[in-house]
Amino acid sequence: MSDVLPTISPDAGDSLAVLEKSRSTAETFGIPLAVLLEITHRCPLQCPYCSNPVELDRSGKELTTEEWKKVLSELAEIGVLQVHFSGGEPTARKDLVELVKHASDVGLYTNLITSAVLLTRERLSELADAGLCHVQISFQGIEEGLADRVAGYRGGHRKKLEVAKWTRELDLPLTVNAVMHRQNLHQLPDIIQMSIDLDADRLEVANVQYYGWALKNRAALMPTVAQLDECTRIVEEARERLKGRLTIDYVVPDYYALRPKKCMGGWGRQFFNISPAGKVLPCHAAESITGLDFESVRSNHSIAWIWQNSDAFNRYRGTGWMKEPCRSCEFREIDFGGCRCQAFALTGDAANTDPACALSPLHETIFKQAEREAEGETNRFLYRNFAGGTLESGNDA
Amino acid sequence: MAGPRNISVSEASRPVLPRHAKLKYDETRKVWVILAPERVLAPDEIAVEVLQLCDGKRNVGDVSDQLAAKYAAPREAILADVIVMLQDLADKGFLTEAREKTP
Repeated sequence: MSDVLPTISPDAGDSLAVLEKSRSTAETFGIPLAVLLEITHRCPLQCPYCSNPVELDRSGKELTTEEWKKVLSELAEIGVLQVHFSGGEPTARKDLVELVKHASDVGLYTNLITSAVLLTRERLSELADAGLCHVQISFQGIEEGLADRVAGYRGGHRKKLEVAKWTRELDLPLTVNAVMHRQNLHQLPDIIQMSIDLDADRLEVANVQYYGWALKNRAALMPTVAQLDECTRIVEEARERLKGRLTIDYVVPDYYALRPKKCMGGWGRQFFNISPAGKVLPCHAAESITGLDFESVRSNHSIAWIWQNSDAFNRYRGTGWMKEPCRSCEFREIDFGGCRCQAFALTGDAANTDPACALSPLHETIFKQAEREAEGETNRFLYRNFAGGTLESGNDA
Repeated sequence: MAGPRNISVSEASRPVLPRHAKLKYDETRKVWVILAPERVLAPDEIAVEVLQLCDGKRNVGDVSDQLAAKYAAPREAILADVIVMLQDLADKGFLTEAREKTP
């Protein structure tokens, strides 16, 4: 197994170094510490910024219980430490308790990333008994008017509050996941307070990233620069005030940055996810890039082999694939040219510089367009569903 | 119900890892890790030794006594280091205090 070992070198002097931040120096890529399992694309919610691909996997293509169990055993064996059960809505799978139990039995730390609306107290309790370590519940706003409209699901917000309460009653740690955009950013201070009131340990303030469904809804979601500055100020103030009480993770939309984000920590460097149908992907949006063949856990290759050797993982690994301006850029090993999915979506070639980067020839045009959209009046959503989306009725045209 | 927050680690506290933070030996990478929500921490050897002694029964003073004896080191210096390390962990949200009258 030594060929899949990561390079772990905690920063000297820090007795509690965070492993993810350690640098990988070699050209061999260690098995990631955590893996995202999108066990289904089915979901009762229809959020217009859903991170699932626009072309969703139907339930008939999903891996079976036995197949997922085999995947979990294999992940534990090759050195994965944590798994995130996600979706779609993971609780839509009837075998979730069984899968969590199996993950715990093979020694994996388990997170549940859920919309919560399908959970009963009894099922949550069964999940806790099965060894679930952490629950992350998404919130779309602070009150049901807006939250239920964004989710396209009536009664959702109230149910989420109830499940969050059960989570803490069962002594499970809770993370509130707040996805932020132009139409709910004004509620951020109240969302922070709500997280405290719900006794959450963590809050993720995740600004929408504009791929897939969110790109289709960009005009209705893109915040203004002023909104984003205010958001950053609020987060910084809250972090200081709530130190030791609430951890706040913060993700900004990269359109307004000058430097692109180091997406996924670099393609094929520290992250992979498995799709409902069993595809092993470098990023949950990777299937949006056409012309890449993704290997499946149903193939006769091991997951470790796919991670190390498959063409899709090696295509954009490291820096050898880069074109200018990335190729000679001094930041090429800092951000790895940004996000491949965004580069593909906005330029048609995943090997181009992510337009989020100020050095991309398209940056100016796209930034201006986003700014115009943010100032615009288009608030109508295209809801996410298996039919390719449905336009919101009743809102502005 | 809610775990204690804003823990201030002192000689008398009896800290313990909460349910959601698991100390584990990673056989693949041959290192000790603390698994926590969305985080994997790599405690150094001393931190591992301290945490293995933090069972919710011993207090920080007891832990320091034990380490001072084992390493034949000045107790006050060890106590200070232990408190700094545990406070750091507490500030990150990965430490709780055993409640009074733990069964």
